[in-house]
Amino acid sequence: MQFFFEVLIAGLLSGVMYALVALGFVLIFKASGVFNFAQGAMVFLAALTVAGLKDEFGLSLWAAIPVAMVVMIALGFLTERVVLRPLVNQHDITLFMATIGLTFFLEGLAQLVWGSNVRKLELGIEDVPFEAIMESTGMLVSQFDVVAALICGALVAVLALIFNKTKIGRALRAVADDHQAALSVGIPLQHVWGVVWAVAGIVALVAGLLWGARNGVQFALTFVALKALPVLILGGFTSVPGAIVGGLIIGASEKLAEVFIGPYVGGGIEGWFPYVLALVFLLVRPEGLFGEKIIRRI
Amino acid sequence: MKRHITRLLAGTVVAAATAITSITASAQEQFVPLLSYRVGPYASGGSGIFGGVIDYFNLVNAQGGINGVKITWEECETEYNAARGVECYERLKKKGGGATVVEPLSTGIAYGILDRVAVDKVPMTTMGYGRSDAANGKVFPYVFPLITNYWNQAAGMIKYLGEQAGGMDKLKGKKIVHLYHDSAYGKEPFPVFEAYEKQLGFQLIKIPVAHPGNEQNSQWLQIRRENPDYVILWGWGVMNAVAIKTAARVGYPREKMLGVWWAGSEEDVIPAGDAAKGYSTMTFNTPGNYPVLDEIRKKVYGAGKGNLADRDRIGSVYHMRGITAAILWTEAIRKAQDKYGKGKVMTGEQVRWGLENLNLDDKRLRELGALGMLPPVKTSCEDHEGSGAVKVQTWDGKAWKAVTPNWVIGDRAMIRRMVEESSAKYAAEKKITPACLPG
Repeated sequence: MQFFFEVLIAGLLSGVMYALVALGFVLIFKASGVFNFAQGAMVFLAALTVAGLKDEFGLSLWAAIPVAMVVMIALGFLTERVVLRPLVNQHDITLFMATIGLTFFLEGLAQLVWGSNVRKLELGIEDVPFEAIMESTGMLVSQFDVVAALICGALVAVLALIFNKTKIGRALRAVADDHQAALSVGIPLQHVWGVVWAVAGIVALVAGLLWGARNGVQFALTFVALKALPVLILGGFTSVPGAIVGGLIIGASEKLAEVFIGPYVGGGIEGWFPYVLALVFLLVRPEGLFGEKIIRRI
Repeated sequence: MKRHITRLLAGTVVAAATAITSITASAQEQFVPLLSYRVGPYASGGSGIFGGVIDYFNLVNAQGGINGVKITWEECETEYNAARGVECYERLKKKGGGATVVEPLSTGIAYGILDRVAVDKVPMTTMGYGRSDAANGKVFPYVFPLITNYWNQAAGMIKYLGEQAGGMDKLKGKKIVHLYHDSAYGKEPFPVFEAYEKQLGFQLIKIPVAHPGNEQNSQWLQIRRENPDYVILWGWGVMNAVAIKTAARVGYPREKMLGVWWAGSEEDVIPAGDAAKGYSTMTFNTPGNYPVLDEIRKKVYGAGKGNLADRDRIGSVYHMRGITAAILWTEAIRKAQDKYGKGKVMTGEQVRWGLENLNLDDKRLRELGALGMLPPVKTSCEDHEGSGAVKVQTWDGKAWKAVTPNWVIGDRAMIRRMVEESSAKYAAEKKITPACLPG
């Protein structure tokens, strides 16, 4: 039983890391209805910018992070201006295709500017188990994962504050509810989109820092977006709490499945198990756990 | 950053110039297509290896070429993608008077062009990867898994672990986890490990990791529960650093981990930081400095023709591996010239003969400034591998250090039997009559 809980906790903490990436998708989808295929590439670019500034320019971590934040904010506004604005009123699939193009551009840009070498990123958080928990329960709980979960929680709290308590937050919610209605009351749609992309860039930076510190800053960071997709299907594309809950469910279920079902089917199932789970879930609740229920009059 | 952009612009100019050179290659230029990858998920490995190849080509050219024949090349970016790799091969195989040797550096691309190279008569080297049974040149006349293949590496691993345990008989009753990339690559050593499991009586536990392997908590919790005596890490790319870090997280000693040679570069351990100290892997290059590296520093980088953006990578694992590949090709061309005419440009068929008759003994390796850098290689029609020797290296936190002073060779007789059986099956399937090609 102890082993079961150990796997469960490890899964839940991994799920928080997936949720962190999923948050970026949710923000953009919520405000503009665009599925941002480039979110993984943004995570990679953000982490590589921090690591590159440290290695190439000798900046400290705390100096590199604000610079990278400025880069990601600028990228967000630039994306709105150059990629999205010319496509206003185009079909959703056109916008989606544009983000695919953006993915390749960002991947290439990151490697062009900073090179393709794998880089180390130290955040000063030890990736070792809490000794007190290990001694009292025999279970391993990673300090890094717990800190990552706390950072994720703080990020969600800040996002909730921005969404609910600020003027720009209200504008974001209005745009998310109905673009045309928001425009009709004078909300600047394009400015709001720029802000959302910039915020998604900051979320990508936080995700990039944590994933980069965990795995090294390398191209494979772009693949973490694949882990976020089942989270989004499960939690709903428009819900910030949904991304968190979806992440927890996906993280826990994939780890439990790998450990307890995997050995009977040859193992290696955690790559596809979350997708199967998400697909099954789609049959029951197509809009996801927290997604907005779509009701149409016929 | 400025350096990378300058490098890219310079590279573009050089690539354009190279392309023009290759198209207008004169009679005294030997063309080699390079199916390289410098962007994408495995770019750090590709830039090191192909950087090593080009550095050595530049050194050979700076020294007058191979009996006066200069080497020309053109790179084609594959991004480690099999479809792109095949397209690159098709695009370059007729350029510069025709490709004379090809190294795809990717199992997927190698499989994609396996049948084509025999038809086009372009020898393909697969140094340290690809089909292990291609060591049988009677069935695979145009394929050369030079130095050593996966099966010999697996045999070398078990031999080394046996030595660590105090003798091969001491492996009886031990638990060995094979943590592998869930792909054909990760499953390649199964037959060898299973044969040894039966023979030596240890318990083999196979644990797959789904691609790309950036999350391994569940695998390492299983390992912690099993508490094995050793963990063999058969990974690639991000999977390696994550495995090392997660091992540290669950408290598994890195000293008990033994990685495959594709898990044994600086790029695999640096992201893992201190967690990688004490971690060991197989290699077919002895880490260290060699006269050939000094020559490259002096004559290639000194002349501003070095290919690596970062000079500190000279002599790194991947760079040395690229130099090794280039040494083997240029020696094959030299060998072919000895037979077919010194100072002449060799055809693919002639280079194939050269690869099949390589003899890099200690004397020749010393002349090349690479004594000890790679094991002696002697190929034949029956043996397209030519060595089977490996070493074990350990990461001390700053650099790789060889821990086996001599080359380790596993049970070559057993591996040879397996090569014969597997290649015979392939021959029957493809209706090939095994035979040595005439010289």
